[in-house]
Amino acid sequence: MANKLQNLDDLRRLREETKQSMLSRHGAETQIIVGMGTCGIASGAREVMAAILEELAKRNLNVTVLQTGCIGMCEKEPLVDVVRPGENRITYGNVTPRDVPRIIGQHVVNGQIVEDLVVGRVD
Amino acid sequence: MQIFRAHVLVCGGTGCTSGGSPQIRTRLEEELAKNGLDKEVKLVVTGCHGLCEMGPLVIVYPEGTMYVHVQPDDVSEIVSEHLLKGRVVQRLLYKEPLTAERVPHYGDLPFYHKQQRVVLKNCGYINPEVIEEYIGRDGYAALAKALGEMTPEQVIEEVKKAGLRGRGGAGFPTGVKWGFCRNAQGEPKYIICNGAEGDPGAFMDRSIMEGDPHRVIEGMTIGAYAIGASEGYIYVRAEYPLAVKRLRLAVKEAEARGLLGDNILGTDFSFHIHIKEGAGAFVCGEETALMASIMGERGMPRPRPPFPANSGLWGKPTNINNVETWANVPEIILKGADWFASMGTEKCKGTKVFALTGKVQNTGLVEVPMGITMREIIFDIGGGIPGGKKFKAVQMGGPSGGCLPESKLDLSVDYESLTGAGAIMGSGGLVVMDEDTCIVDVARFFLNFTRAESCGKCTPCREGIKRMLEILDRIAAGEGKMEDLDLLERTALMVKNSSLCGLGQTAPNPILSTLRYFRDEYEAHIKDKRCPAGVCAALLTYKIKPELCRGCTACTKVCPVGAISGTRKAVHVIDPDKCIRCGACAERCPFKAIVRA
Repeated sequence: MANKLQNLDDLRRLREETKQSMLSRHGAETQIIVGMGTCGIASGAREVMAAILEELAKRNLNVTVLQTGCIGMCEKEPLVDVVRPGENRITYGNVTPRDVPRIIGQHVVNGQIVEDLVVGRVD
Repeated sequence: MQIFRAHVLVCGGTGCTSGGSPQIRTRLEEELAKNGLDKEVKLVVTGCHGLCEMGPLVIVYPEGTMYVHVQPDDVSEIVSEHLLKGRVVQRLLYKEPLTAERVPHYGDLPFYHKQQRVVLKNCGYINPEVIEEYIGRDGYAALAKALGEMTPEQVIEEVKKAGLRGRGGAGFPTGVKWGFCRNAQGEPKYIICNGAEGDPGAFMDRSIMEGDPHRVIEGMTIGAYAIGASEGYIYVRAEYPLAVKRLRLAVKEAEARGLLGDNILGTDFSFHIHIKEGAGAFVCGEETALMASIMGERGMPRPRPPFPANSGLWGKPTNINNVETWANVPEIILKGADWFASMGTEKCKGTKVFALTGKVQNTGLVEVPMGITMREIIFDIGGGIPGGKKFKAVQMGGPSGGCLPESKLDLSVDYESLTGAGAIMGSGGLVVMDEDTCIVDVARFFLNFTRAESCGKCTPCREGIKRMLEILDRIAAGEGKMEDLDLLERTALMVKNSSLCGLGQTAPNPILSTLRYFRDEYEAHIKDKRCPAGVCAALLTYKIKPELCRGCTACTKVCPVGAISGTRKAVHVIDPDKCIRCGACAERCPFKAIVRA
């Protein structure tokens, strides 16, 4: 059974918590897009996706996670794009779950592109 | 805390549920698990989105992609294409009727453009069975504000300043009503939520109770605090099983969370809510009949005064408001009276929820600011009349309301202008009629309804409605006289002015308004023995055009009474004395040789 809310602060805390879990219904400004074509999935995009969600939850970040189909660069899959508001769309290639904390910590949070993984930029 | 990258919202309103959304939900659960997506994608069952015509609806966030008319067999495609690979399933998107273009985003639908969702803001967005989802949308924050920062007098003052008026139809200023009850002598005081929605075609209150039950509970609790009430009743029709279930669950959850019951949020304010199921009598929407029903008596109205504010449930001060009225209260307290008063017209503030039904493209639930025109609701939001037919009238306010013709479509939707035009705001039922609707038949339908629902206590209503219905039946049967119209009008005014309660006082409205705007149609029935819309069976004749008849004998085979005679390859003839005007022959004729006149 849920805890009784003893006072206004309890209510406020519960509200902030729930808001966080409902963020996916708004669409945030920063987006992470994972290539989920057959090629992507075959090269491990599902595992990368899981790692991304785990990392976002750990850091309590408000980021929209989307998937996209094959864009033709199958060789470099899994592909992960990061779009920060007002900045170029950066595409990372051959991403492994191990790379995910770096992409999120460095780029999504701090805006510093992880150069060694970049395979494309779109204005 | 676990983060779900996508939320899949499945509509669990009554419309979509009967369209099969529970099966969709089960299939989604299976498919998500099968594809290993159950840790990434969250399934949420919501209340009504309003676009019932297009149901069952499934919406995928964060993109906000809306899928319409979803069938259980479509689910695996949605999961494997959209949720797994990020490819939108084009064929399930809403198709704009005019341009035939697919509309991928929920927010881009013309249906939602002119709407302003205040009361319905959570309907279709949250899971009504999970209190945390309501809290995550600032739910119970208004209650916290009222309890923590405002005195009961300040709450009443805020509601007065906002200009909120009763959404049940009468439009009485809510804050003023609360003030009466607060100042009344007697303990305990009671709060009632009137959910006895009974107008044919109306489902506003049902959708609110189903889709956002906590909003109603929060509104009532704030009202109880303002008035000084300790007990509350939600009176809801037993025919609304989903609403009853969700309300009961919501009360239980709110109590478990300390947002209802004893010492709410640790303060010394206590308030209890009971759910009372009504048997669905139309008259129980009238406040004194409703209270009699709660007390276990027969649902019959009594004269007022004394008003409920002084002597209501068990003779104690009682404040009764409609579901939608209560649902407005949390937003007013949270965002302030000025915000609320910025919507609407000078005398009518805020928004109104309408149930749009009948001959209109997008039937469903819409919430619009007061002061919008009927034309905008029917044509811009509702998408106009289907099948290229012509608009004839819109019936507002159910059996208590009136019919408005095309010429009144640009009227501003507010209590005063609608009453002036002979209709009423009512609780918000809107039935659109096209050229195939017979006005006399419509009046008969509503009179038949009020005749059956009259409680029989007072003579004008019990007898008057029956007599008026008899006159209408005569007219529809082609036996009317011109004097009947005067008699009808006189009786209508008598019933209106001398009935005990709102049921009788408003029951003549369908007659009075149609006499005012469609008198020629009544006259056609009487003078020319003709039903212009071709509905009143007694006034129709079916004829066979000799030049088109090929003597195929198809019509003789479908005629249930053997009224058509003729031999093969020869022109057939209908015997008007035997014909029962069922129209079966006209439908069957392959050469369109049979015409209705």
